[in-house]
Formats: sequence, C-alpha cells, structure tokens
Amino acid sequence: MVNFDKVTFEYIRRDEEGNVESINKALDGIDLDVKKGDFIAILGANGSGKSTLARHINALLTPTEGTVYIEEMDTKDEDNLLNIRQKTGMVFQNPDNQIIASLVEEDVGFGPENIGIPTKEIWERVAFALEKVGMTAYREKSPNNLSGGQKQRVAIAGILAMKPECIVLDEPTAMLDPKGRREVIETITELNKKEGITIILITHYMTEVVGADKVYVMNGGNVKLSGTPREIFKEVDLLKEYKLDVPQVTEIAHRLRQQGIQLPDCILTVDELVAALGAGICL
Amino acid sequence: MLRDMTIGQYYPVESPIHRLDPRTKFLGTIIYVVSLFLFKTFWGFLLAGGFLVMVTILAHIPPKYVLKGMRPMLFLLLFMMIFNLLLTPGEVIGEWWIFSVTKEGIYAALFMGLRLALLVLGSSLMTYTTTPNKLTSGMESVFGFLKVFKVPVHEMAMMISIALRFIPILLEETNKIMKAQQARGADFESGGPIKRAKALIPILVPLFVSSFRRAGELAEAMEARCYHGGDGRTKMKPLKYHKGDLIAYILLAGLVAGCIFIP
Repeated sequence: MVNFDKVTFEYIRRDEEGNVESINKALDGIDLDVKKGDFIAILGANGSGKSTLARHINALLTPTEGTVYIEEMDTKDEDNLLNIRQKTGMVFQNPDNQIIASLVEEDVGFGPENIGIPTKEIWERVAFALEKVGMTAYREKSPNNLSGGQKQRVAIAGILAMKPECIVLDEPTAMLDPKGRREVIETITELNKKEGITIILITHYMTEVVGADKVYVMNGGNVKLSGTPREIFKEVDLLKEYKLDVPQVTEIAHRLRQQGIQLPDCILTVDELVAALGAGICL
Repeated sequence: MLRDMTIGQYYPVESPIHRLDPRTKFLGTIIYVVSLFLFKTFWGFLLAGGFLVMVTILAHIPPKYVLKGMRPMLFLLLFMMIFNLLLTPGEVIGEWWIFSVTKEGIYAALFMGLRLALLVLGSSLMTYTTTPNKLTSGMESVFGFLKVFKVPVHEMAMMISIALRFIPILLEETNKIMKAQQARGADFESGGPIKRAKALIPILVPLFVSSFRRAGELAEAMEARCYHGGDGRTKMKPLKYHKGDLIAYILLAGLVAGCIFIP
C-alpha cells in the first residue's frame, strides 16, 4: 500500500542571495513497507522527522532522493497527485486549522466536492462518514462549538468521505484533552477493524500505540526500532535515549525488574502488571 | 467585548429566509443597499426599514441579536453624525465656539446616520441567514460571468468564505493574547487614544504571526484534501430556485418600484 524506498528529504535553508546556508536532513534513507489493512504507529520525539515522513505519504512533500510509492504510484509524478491524495487522506494536529467550512456537514463534503463526486453521492458519503465517526447528531452545527476531540472526528469524517484506503494521522491528539484523545484513538481503531482502512498513526504518546500492529520508532530522520508494541516496549532504555516516554506501568515493571523482581518484560497495561505481580506473590 | 461581535456570523435557525437561494439574498442585498443611496427623503428609509423589519421577523432572528451587529460600527456612526451635525452650512440654530449647529446639519446627521445603520443591519442580515459556503456559491454564480475576463471568481469566493469562518477563531485568539499580556502587566484601558493604540501593537504582532501560520496549515490541509481550484469541482449543495425565491423577487420588485416612485 505505502512503500518508501531509500527516501531522503532535505530542508534547504537559503540566505537572501539564494546561497545554501544549511541543509537539514529530515529523512535519511528511510525504507518502509505498509501492508493494506495494517495499523501502523510511528513514534518519535520532536524533530525526529516523523511529520516530514507523514507529508511524504500524501505527496505534500516529495523526496529529495529515493521514491515513495502509493500502490505503485510514484508521488513525484504530478499526474498521480489527486489519486494519491484521495487514496491516502491526512488528518493534522490542529483541529481548527483543517476545518474549512462553517457547518460540519459542509466540511465533510469538501473533499468529495474537490474530486468531482456527483451531488447525490456526496450526501450519501457525508451521511456515511459522519455515522462512522459518531457525529451524525452534529451535522448541522458549527465546528466552532465542538470540543477538540469532536473536531478531530469531523476531520476524520472529511477524509472518510473521500473513500480512502489509508488514513495518515499526524499527531492528531497532541492538542486534545484525555477524553478527546480517547475518542480519536477509539474512532481510528474501529475504522481499522471494521472498514479495513490502513491507519498510519504518528504520535509521541506511547500509550496510543499499544493497539497498533507494528510500531516504528524514529530518531534523527531514521527508523531506529521496529516491531510489535510489546517488542518495542522492552527497550525501555533505548526509548528513553530517543526522548520518548514509556507507559507508566511498563516503566514501573522495568524498574521492579532492575530491583531483581521476576517479571515478564512485555507489560503494557495495569491489569497485566497486577496479574504478573499476583502470580509472583503466589509462588 | 470582542466576543459580542455578531456581524458576519451565521445564525443557525430554520426560517423561510434561511431557505432562500443565496443568489436571491445576494441580489436582494444589492438592491436594498443601492436603494438606500437612491432615497432622498425619510419616506424611502421608512420603506427600507419596513423591509428590514419584515426580513428580520421572517428570519426568526431576535431583534436584539441583529442590533448587536451595530456595536462595532457605533463609533463610526457617531463620528459621522457629529461631523455632519457641526459642519453642514445653512440656517444656524445654535452656536458654540467655532462650531455652529444648523437645521440642515441636524437633518443631514439623522439622514446619514439612519442610512449607515440601515446599510449595516441589512447587509449583516445576509450573513446571519446564509452559511458562508452558500454565500460563496451565491457570489460565485452571480459574478460567474466575470470568469470570461479572467477574474478568479471561485478563488475569491473561497477566500471570503474562509475569512468568515476564521473570524470567531481569530477573535478568540485575540482575547487569549490580550489576557496573556494583561497577566504580565500590559495595560489596555488607561491613557489617551495614542497610548492605547500603541498598547495594541503587542497584540497585533503575535496575532499576525499566528494567522500566517494558520493560513499555511489550512492551505496544506486543503491541498491534502485534493483542493485544486474550481476546475472539476462538484457541489454538495448546488443552487436551486424554489417557490420562496419567486415571492422574494416579487417583494424586491416592490422595493425597486419604491426607489423609482418615492422621491
């Protein structure tokens, strides 16, 4: 579905005469292969290149070197642009700066309008998309009166209405409260399970990646670690080196293990820790 | 204070006026505005005012809400009325220092004041009853013929609708910045007008910077959603005339007739 082949991207800073002042390699030879229907999470601290990576999937940026393929389509080819953007929708961090219309339903209809869907079908798609994210009750409301989590769900609906095969979410929860965060994560998890939509979630909140099929950890423009959440969370020390926070329970389990308490090294939830500790005491 | 600004905001209720085709409302507003400038006597304003009251009632918008739209214009209104009052030559009624109030001045002040008030109230009614998206399609279609002359009609309409959508967001942001500055000891309330204007600079600078950032992000989000200008774009809510529009046009014809027959 999404394929990165040795992708390098440089932000080039020029002074007033156009001479190169500095080159900042945001991506440095990335290889990535996302299968259809996967739930992928990309973790990384600020400046790790994860947002740059996200913008490559949607052809908002094109690689300096290497190639990005979206279902065999090269993102560098201008003719593929609309096709790629319809297939891979993108949800951004700030909920206010991605809602274009003043009514929820009109905003959801914005994408289908752009790709030339007939009027009748736009309405069907809008109804479907709002239903999927649980925002049907708000269809005639102004986005300004919604909470952050609801706004992000509207943004997701706006993408859904374009019938994408893949949704890229670039830190969709960074500006939300815990409730909004939960709403967004539940919505995308459900879309992945029920609609089979490929999800690429970019975040720096470790707790959000627990449900992912595969996690990539980025640092300095490179993928440093990849694997299932359990495999990733074993590497507590490495993650800390990449300035990421491990979930609280995993950290506690890690420290207890360092103190010599026998515990399995893949604890992700409070329940698992309680069970593991309980078993230990019984022994 | 800024939160109360209602001008340019959509007021979401169901009403016959809300249901009207935006083209009808747009042309209606243009006719109404032009009529205000054609009327030479108060009789004309009575007609225009009556028209305004009728539309407000039909639109189910509380009169208080409509009048609130006047608030940002109040200063301009008073300013204009005072100047008209003091500087119109004619039959002198009272004198004070270098100013003299004339009969014509009082007449002119009332006349101009009423005209401006009716102008603002009438045109804000259009934005109260029309969603920006509909307003945009209306304008796009009314001015569509300009495309022949290479005028970017669609792009301009899109810009206006986005500007309207961001008014409340930027107002909220202004309030936030003001509070942040006040928390650090900024004073917006005291001093003369020059000092107060200067105190606004630390608000405007961050506001500008953040608007540019917003604009950049919004453009990116629009592009990500396949926006590529007006070509090949379909409409979720295409414009269609209904029975109500016919009635509205008949009433507008009455207003036009009023323009012609009322001196």
